[in-house]
Amino acid sequence: MKIGILALQGDFINHFKVLSQLGVDPILVKSPQDLAAIEGIVIPGGESTTISKLLVSSGVYDPLKERLDNGLAGFGTCAGMIILSRVILDGRSDQVALSSIDISVRRNGFGRQVASFETDIDVAGISGGSMRAAFIRAPVVEEVGSSVEILSDVSYRFPDSSTRKVPVICRERNILVCSFHPEIVGDDRLHRLFLDIC
Amino acid sequence: MENKEISTNVTGSSRVKRGLAEMLRGGVIMDVVNAEQAKIAEDAGAVAVMALERVPADIRRDGGVARMSDPVLIEEIQSSVTIPVMAKARIGHFAEAQILEALQVDYIDESEVLTPADEAYHIDKWKFSVPFVCGATNLGEALRRISEGAAMIRSKGEAGTGNVVEAVRHLRSIIGDIKKITQADSSELYGWAKSLQAPIELVEEVASTGKLPVPLFCAGGLATPADASLVMQLGAEAVFVGSGIFKSSDPAKRARAIVEATTHYLDPTILIKVSRNLGPAMVGIEMDQLDLKLAERGW
Repeated sequence: MKIGILALQGDFINHFKVLSQLGVDPILVKSPQDLAAIEGIVIPGGESTTISKLLVSSGVYDPLKERLDNGLAGFGTCAGMIILSRVILDGRSDQVALSSIDISVRRNGFGRQVASFETDIDVAGISGGSMRAAFIRAPVVEEVGSSVEILSDVSYRFPDSSTRKVPVICRERNILVCSFHPEIVGDDRLHRLFLDIC
Repeated sequence: MENKEISTNVTGSSRVKRGLAEMLRGGVIMDVVNAEQAKIAEDAGAVAVMALERVPADIRRDGGVARMSDPVLIEEIQSSVTIPVMAKARIGHFAEAQILEALQVDYIDESEVLTPADEAYHIDKWKFSVPFVCGATNLGEALRRISEGAAMIRSKGEAGTGNVVEAVRHLRSIIGDIKKITQADSSELYGWAKSLQAPIELVEEVASTGKLPVPLFCAGGLATPADASLVMQLGAEAVFVGSGIFKSSDPAKRARAIVEATTHYLDPTILIKVSRNLGPAMVGIEMDQLDLKLAERGW
């Protein structure tokens, strides 16, 4: 199976390693031609404003959006979640989203880097015990559409002392997103789930 | 599925510190001295900005003691952009680092570009929740900084010169020695640890993985899209650009070009396109005309 990894900026090499170990054929996507043979696309962690600009300047945005709208499986981690979402809060005005999953996300919603954290989460439908999740300047999912399935959430105490339950893994049809980085922890269970969707 | 309250959360772990460096890979981190420059950098697609009071070229020109920026300046930059904001502390000046951590900067650069505050010791970076990047000229220096808690290593290069030659020397030295170590047998690794003056555990880790335990970025003297392509091809995982952008004739355009070149560093067609009509780059200095070598600071 050929799986594309958007390789404009970010930790795409980490995804490349995980997918290679799972026996698929990862393709680094930097131009529209790279999309031709892929059966799924991973959008990695990174800086979402930078990736957004490079998506447009490389000409990848339009054909990728068309493929996703037509059912191509997509998996986004952190910045990748932001880029696949329908609404970006606290983004830049010129920031594009692929609008592939009906969620609203707030960039850096947990705070700056000193608030970045790791914790154990349980994931619905995934066996093998809890999953270590690293949240790095991570986005917060503020709203989810009615057809979005929440596979995991965490209760988080925000700086204003309110404690809210925040979805951290969401799925809608062909799209899987998470606000943390399974690719840097070395837990491949979400990648396996994604390959099942492809 | 609901998870328990976040009392089990861990902040400031090596994983989240090094993790932010992983997220910056393939990107450009730009030196800025005020909010206006920070906005230009973010508009151009920078993955982060580095706040400092003078760019290295001006530190060279004006001389005097170079220190951490005024907190007001850092706060203005933090409120003007949404990307990570880094800031520089002097080598060994842990009080400056404590202030920067309290300001919630996203990364601290314990930098030879500022005047060192301690001639014997670097900052004990394990004591901080905020991650640190440190410069290195060779593998031993890189591993010593990592043993002190650095979560990212960058080449030192010669900041403020517009001359990439020293950054290339440092990258080649670090990556060249890593290649050699992967060929060494277990007895030889003790010799390497001795000659590099680095902990054996880190030398063994490099030998087995073939890379540094933290991301390796390039800094010091980059001025053109071709410079970015060169160092990425040599094995840098991202680039810092200091004086090269805001000392050029058209900073916005050059910044954008270097972002594109760092992504598409293997594609000459795109490199041609982004290199056209950038206007004059910063003038630059040859190494034998330098009065002050910043890379010699730190050890």
